[in-house]
Amino acid sequence: MDPDDVRRALVRIAHEVLERNHGAGDVVVVGLQSGGVALAERLVQLLADIDGAEVPCGKLDVAFYRDDISIRPVSPEEVTRIPVDLTGRVVVLVDDVLFTGRTVRAALDALGDHGRARAVQLAVMIDRGHRELPIRPDFVGKNLPTRRDELVDVSEAGVAIGDMVERLAERDVAPVDLEDGR
Amino acid sequence: MSGRDLLSIADLGREGIVDVLKLADSFAEVSEREIPKVPALRGKTVATVFFESSTRTRLSFETAAKRLSADTMTFTAATSSLSKGESLRDTVETLDAMGVDAMIVRHACAGAPKQVARWVRAAVVNAGDGQHEHPTQALLDCFTLREALASRAGVEPADDLSGVRIAIVGDVAHSRVARSCVLAYGALGASVTLVGPPTLLPATTAGWGVEVSNDLDEVLAEVDVVYLLRLQSERLEESLIPSLGEYSERYGLTRDRARRLRPELLVMHPGPMIRGVEIDDEVADSPRCLVTRQVRNGVAVRMAVLFRLLTLGDRKASDDGQERRSA
Repeated sequence: MDPDDVRRALVRIAHEVLERNHGAGDVVVVGLQSGGVALAERLVQLLADIDGAEVPCGKLDVAFYRDDISIRPVSPEEVTRIPVDLTGRVVVLVDDVLFTGRTVRAALDALGDHGRARAVQLAVMIDRGHRELPIRPDFVGKNLPTRRDELVDVSEAGVAIGDMVERLAERDVAPVDLEDGR
Repeated sequence: MSGRDLLSIADLGREGIVDVLKLADSFAEVSEREIPKVPALRGKTVATVFFESSTRTRLSFETAAKRLSADTMTFTAATSSLSKGESLRDTVETLDAMGVDAMIVRHACAGAPKQVARWVRAAVVNAGDGQHEHPTQALLDCFTLREALASRAGVEPADDLSGVRIAIVGDVAHSRVARSCVLAYGALGASVTLVGPPTLLPATTAGWGVEVSNDLDEVLAEVDVVYLLRLQSERLEESLIPSLGEYSERYGLTRDRARRLRPELLVMHPGPMIRGVEIDDEVADSPRCLVTRQVRNGVAVRMAVLFRLLTLGDRKASDDGQERRSA
């Protein structure tokens, strides 16, 4: 996907969010740290452009809720900011890539500590498969079949699939650590 | 924290301190929630092992552990088998055998936590050892100062304290807080001046990287922060100061002195404060005094310390660690 493809997918998702929820009245958009945050901000902007809705935008770091916390070093990348009480609201959780589902599982637990949302919907730019938990997205930019050992990268330059070992070497990360999650 | 213990600020270095402060930012957010609790340390056990009295440090660590969903155990010297003659080593090894993951140790002897760390598999945090160090106090002070300076300037907290001038005032010679603070402030780039009567200043400060003064008023005119230390009343008996009144007059933030302070000057104190000696009520209860914030931030900072030690440090339960221990 090139940047235009990503933009078009995001516009479609914005329309789908509005359609599903009959407008954006109770919607709160929450981006997952770190890949989902920029997408969440763009989605909120699109909701404003399309519907004139002012939708609160938060960011969530799930480090303290992960299930692999004692298996490998887990540290938050940024401070969580949820601008409103989520009780009674519809949360649209945004992430760049949906893979094993473990991050989303942690995010659902984390959201619960910010109030009892009426519903949580999941929007992802890429669904790459290989789920390890019964989690499915509500809004998908693109379904992208991958091998487990590949790495999907969503950035301003669009979406790219890389060889995981090469990518990790670039980022100076030990490959074994990322074997079972993202 | 490269290793599995936090015994001295020197264990962390600048990078480690910055890391703890950033992690504490996240835990400060957790502490503000309606449900200020995360499941991060579920299944871990944190024991506070205090051979000396404490109010805030022990409660702060216990609150921190609970907010991380760890279980807590409390050991108090006075009600333990120590009074039946059990040794320090047997005491901590007993706790270790119960499967404690972290021990928060306070002891009147400098170096006791380090000794404990050699004996046990649990991660050890020094919560104050004699006149040596009190690292988590210094970390929470750095966090508080960084937060106060940022909120005043209306910006995000900076990584370091470079350019900030801090006076540490009072009984520096006998203060473990002062020792940890000098290391931590120094590592973050602040400049530190120690102020007190010659009898209460260290015999030598070579290698400390600090200035020394006996004139509080002169220093007050130049610094951004005054960090007051508690005057331990037994110092009077040791004839290190002539009288409480005279000490207060020369080295306390008295009402008179407080009224001459520049409005932007910040006041900190590790507690317990002795009002009327090192600090006047008027100063202690003014907005420039960060004592309440220090206490509140203590929980978030100790959450960060526990989280780092129990998740990011060496694998405690590994055979490797076991070998290293018994070596």
